[in-house]
Amino acid sequence: MTTLTETPPAAPAELPVRKPLLRRKLVPYWLLLPGIVWLLIFFALPMVYQASTSVQTGSLEKGFEVTWHFQTYWDAFQEYYPQFIRSLLYAGTATVLCLILGYPLAYLIAFKAGRWRNVVLILVIAPFFTSFLIRTLAWKTILADGGPVVHVLNTLHILDVTSWLGWTEGSRVLATPMAVVCGLTYNFLPFMILPLYTSLERIDGRLHEAAGDLYATPATTFRKVTFPLSMPGVVSGTLLTFIPASGDYVNAELLGSTDQKMVGNVIQSQFLRVLDYPTAAALSFILMAIVLAMVTVYIRRAGTEDLV
Amino acid sequence: MRWLRRNLITIAGLITLAYLILPNIVVMVFSFNKPKGRFNYAWQKGSLDAWKDPCGVADMCGSLSLSLQIAAWATLGATVLGTMIAFALVRYRFRARGAINSLIFLPMAMPEVVMAASLLTLFLNMGAKLGFWTILIAHIMFCLSFVVTAVKARVMSMDPRLEEAARDLYAGPVQTFVRVTLPIAAPGIAAGALLSFALSFDDFIITNFNAGSTVTFPMFVWGSAQRGTPVQINVIGTAMFIIAVLVVLAAQLLSNSRQKNSAKP
Repeated sequence: MTTLTETPPAAPAELPVRKPLLRRKLVPYWLLLPGIVWLLIFFALPMVYQASTSVQTGSLEKGFEVTWHFQTYWDAFQEYYPQFIRSLLYAGTATVLCLILGYPLAYLIAFKAGRWRNVVLILVIAPFFTSFLIRTLAWKTILADGGPVVHVLNTLHILDVTSWLGWTEGSRVLATPMAVVCGLTYNFLPFMILPLYTSLERIDGRLHEAAGDLYATPATTFRKVTFPLSMPGVVSGTLLTFIPASGDYVNAELLGSTDQKMVGNVIQSQFLRVLDYPTAAALSFILMAIVLAMVTVYIRRAGTEDLV
Repeated sequence: MRWLRRNLITIAGLITLAYLILPNIVVMVFSFNKPKGRFNYAWQKGSLDAWKDPCGVADMCGSLSLSLQIAAWATLGATVLGTMIAFALVRYRFRARGAINSLIFLPMAMPEVVMAASLLTLFLNMGAKLGFWTILIAHIMFCLSFVVTAVKARVMSMDPRLEEAARDLYAGPVQTFVRVTLPIAAPGIAAGALLSFALSFDDFIITNFNAGSTVTFPMFVWGSAQRGTPVQINVIGTAMFIIAVLVVLAAQLLSNSRQKNSAKP
């Protein structure tokens, strides 16, 4: 306690002011510099390069040249609009399914799991560490033609209905739209559950009691209290599912057939197999534009701007 | 009937949980399979062969160790850079803050295939040799935003009075940061790092575009889906799952006992 007599005379709160003002002002910029430069060079600059690639013409042998050939966009869209529509449809369906499936589980973890909460949370997160490709391949076994799932669906005549709707074909699930949507839903479900859980967990349990005291039925409580308060989780969950699902090509490739190709499959094969870089770049810009436009409209309508 | 109605949410939640875990169980069960052909999709015969010799497949363990190395370096890079950005964004007011927030948000709001393709055009234009370094660069880039978001959330919910108190008790800026700020931010940083590791280790789409002929573990699995899947892939998948559960459980127990200790007078 001898240090007490050696204390500096100035009030501690004023200590930072003593530093040269200029240096202190620069601190945030020094903190930002490395990371932001990284993002500018390896995220923003590539977008510029891709934009320039998309208006080039030429071939791999002769080389590509910027000719401001915007026609590529129109041609690419005309040729591949079925894949665009399919991507949005599949991603949208998977997102809705994730919300329907994910909400009860998030609710369960937040309010009902009690001392099991951490165990359930671990079970939601741990599958991440088994490569998602291995898990997606496992769906091939689960949905296999002679497998138990197909057998049960067949016995219950569910496959008749889904075939009539065009989701499956005959008595098979694999290589149909249903298999791809099933895989997409599965792959992105944790991205829905975790934000939902975070926002549900923040809700004060006393609000439920209060609603009950005011004679609200559990359904009314959910509709008027719980769900509105979980909106931030719903918004970020749907975005975290829809965006990656719309660009995914793994599920369509592994669980679908050539009839289920999504726009991601087209971009991948144009870039890596056909080596038609302008078309591939144009396609990925169209996808980006569609997704960003939809996300902007969605965020505006949902009314939560502070997502980040 | 009333029991069913009361427990509807629990039942629905457990069904979802089963949906999430089912493939892992299938992976685990099929790691004990002895398949007839090249593909391990149908059950044939129980066997421990794959577990006895997990690295018996050519190139698989090499790709696994490459993926672990890349994930480790990407985690380190993204965590350091991301934590710095997060602190700058939460603690300081400066111009271009909005623009920087958007720059952080955009990589997360972009389909992976778009980022993958644009990065490839950059590397092609620069004439860069695709391989370890291009993969690492890409992974740090897409993990960065997730670290910033995780650390930001933690630092924002931090009580600034704790740091004021430290300063009132004559702690210098460095001491305050190391003894007060950093420990409080640590769970956020750890969450960001863990997320980076998982994302990088598991990434396929961006790696597929920017790897050239380098084969990471997800790329090996992808290739094997066409050529024939060795049972050893299931062994690795199962082992990763078990290790992850054990690590998280251990961390849980550790923080629980620490909380109990600190609760004691």
